Amino acid sequence: MSDSMQTLEKHTSSEYKYGFTSDIETDAFPKGLNEEVVRMISARKNEPEFMTEWRLKAYRNWLTMKEPKWPNVHYEPIDYQDIIYYAAPKKKPKYESLDEVDPELLRTFDRLGIPLEEQKVLAGVAVDAVLDSVSVKTTYKEKLAELGIIFCSFSEAVQDHPELVKKYLGSVVPYNDNYFAALNSAVFSDGSFVYIPKGVRCPMELSTYFRINFANTGQFERTLIIAEEGSYVSYLEGCTAPMRDENQLHAAVVELVALDDAQIKYSTVQNWYPGDAEGKGGIYNFVTKRGLCKGRNSKISWTQVETGSAITWKYPSCVLKGDNSIGEFYSVAVTNNYQQADTGTKMVHLGKNTRSTIISKGISAGRSDNSYRGLVKIGKRAENAHNFSQCDSLLMGDRCGAHTFPYLEIENQTAKVEHEATTSKIGEDQLFYLQQRGLSEEDAINMIVNGYCKEVFNELPMEFASEAQKLLAISLEGSVG
Amino acid sequence: MLHIKDLRVSVEDKEILKGVNLDINPGEVHAIMGPNGSGKSTLANAIAGREEYQITQGSITFDGQDLLDMEVDERAHAGVFMAFQYPIEIPGVSNATFLKSAINALREARGQEELSPVELLKLLREKARMLGIDESFLKRSLNEGFSGGEKKRNEMLQMALLEPKLGILDETDSGLDIDALRIVADAVNQLRGPERSFLIVTHYQRLLNYIVPDYVHVIYDGRIVKSGDKELAIQLEEQGYDWIKAEAVAG
Repeated sequence: MSDSMQTLEKHTSSEYKYGFTSDIETDAFPKGLNEEVVRMISARKNEPEFMTEWRLKAYRNWLTMKEPKWPNVHYEPIDYQDIIYYAAPKKKPKYESLDEVDPELLRTFDRLGIPLEEQKVLAGVAVDAVLDSVSVKTTYKEKLAELGIIFCSFSEAVQDHPELVKKYLGSVVPYNDNYFAALNSAVFSDGSFVYIPKGVRCPMELSTYFRINFANTGQFERTLIIAEEGSYVSYLEGCTAPMRDENQLHAAVVELVALDDAQIKYSTVQNWYPGDAEGKGGIYNFVTKRGLCKGRNSKISWTQVETGSAITWKYPSCVLKGDNSIGEFYSVAVTNNYQQADTGTKMVHLGKNTRSTIISKGISAGRSDNSYRGLVKIGKRAENAHNFSQCDSLLMGDRCGAHTFPYLEIENQTAKVEHEATTSKIGEDQLFYLQQRGLSEEDAINMIVNGYCKEVFNELPMEFASEAQKLLAISLEGSVG
Repeated sequence: MLHIKDLRVSVEDKEILKGVNLDINPGEVHAIMGPNGSGKSTLANAIAGREEYQITQGSITFDGQDLLDMEVDERAHAGVFMAFQYPIEIPGVSNATFLKSAINALREARGQEELSPVELLKLLREKARMLGIDESFLKRSLNEGFSGGEKKRNEMLQMALLEPKLGILDETDSGLDIDALRIVADAVNQLRGPERSFLIVTHYQRLLNYIVPDYVHVIYDGRIVKSGDKELAIQLEEQGYDWIKAEAVAG
């Protein structure tokens, strides 16, 4: 290995900066899963019967399903009886003001840089923070309520808006959709709920931070966003988890519904603990995210920057049912050390004149494996559907891998489908060029990587874009030797 | 200013330079000529500090500093600039962003304040105008999709902005038509000054019609085998390199 390869390796091996745990009293169920646990979760959350029944149906279905083996990832079998399915801070989980919140919890949020405080609120970010399983504090709710916007924890939505939950829960990702979605449907403990009424443009970015704190807890959150006719919402999701030796399971479900002329923009910066340099510990991130462009001229955009998790299994998808609807997927996925990512998207064209765009940027470093897996499906009735896919891979060093698995299913001959793919290496000549102009090696690498990711970063809301750039710099930084 | 003593350089364990001596004083323009594979570009890259070029013997001092002890970026900070034979493309990075980072990296290394965006823009426009470069250049991705001529012009723009003490042109003229050649030559001639020296590596004499060198050196088989003034370049153009080779073998 040449010197600059070694330097690249150093650059790509940095410490996880969010690896602290909080000493908060937690009310947790014993380990294990059975019908009783599912009922207990539902009872603890004081849910109406339709919810309990739905969970049980999901649980019984899950028992008949098998864990998927097709992703290009490898891990020891998960013992589902060795997981705690419900953990909540012991103190009263609902707060009228910040003063009532456990100070330790607030410090945790501080260290995460979560904009809970007043000045951050003024910056226009409404935050629904999910710590382990209970939504702790939702800011800006009143102001949003004036516009008729509902932004609350999933549990609250079940209590306050059961008719909406009943109508839309599982309408995009059914309880029996896949193994992890079924598990989530049975045991999900909380999450976020957003409802934007007809014609309303949500005036601020809505944001949720997820964090897994308690050891051995799986986090199963569920997000449901409904955009009524002619409405618009931009939603941000950020994730971190403390450092632990054991692997933790995160199996979330996100469902988006866009009605006629509605637009949903969903952005994720995922920074779960990736495990240490030897590949020990880290989050298993098995997530089902799907948006339904139900109405005409509706649009759903997924933008994700994935830097964390030991294993990522995630395909934010769009079902383009309404005529003229648009689906977009912009992704940066970074893997380092022994991280594995199998991620991509599905664009399912059902309506006429539907369009989709896929821009995927993979960055692999260390001994990691980074796979793009994407499906473009054009249904029989989808006249004049159009898809453009671009999947790029960037390799840092010579011990990592990049793979692309594109799938096409075309049942309508009027479809236009374009696919481009490239694989490149951060070249020693690129580094030499920039350094010859006076840039340090570290700045040179950051410049090359940021340039490579630019098309995706451009899609992120301003504030998030700079955070994503910083995160990328942290993931790739190291001592210059 | 630049003193090269008995420099031996290997690439992948093959010795390319076999003892080069060269002194360049402030304000001088030196041309390095020679047949393909003689080691011209190796000399340029060794001065700039490219990693694959292993220095097995000898020394390079620049302004009294030991250049061989410095990283690539430190050499740039000291005032060494190399215009590339094949300028590198960096997709997604705008020329303006790149130039800003390069200028400010140099300023920081020299203990100067960063330029404000307004000052920077003013400087960029001034230099672009000086070299007859369209401002739209600044917004494009660094060298991406540039024609060969545009890339070389961009190298000249960078050199004008970074104001080096030593400008090295590594076969900058290769593949250029006559107009592009003139632009490169104009840039160098405008930047010539009593404190700034140039090392021009070229296979052909034609660039030297536009940039008149103070000295011409011929490299053959890893050594400078002949030095002279601009007349030597003309002689090479007329007679080719064979007589040099013959002399070298006989010598």
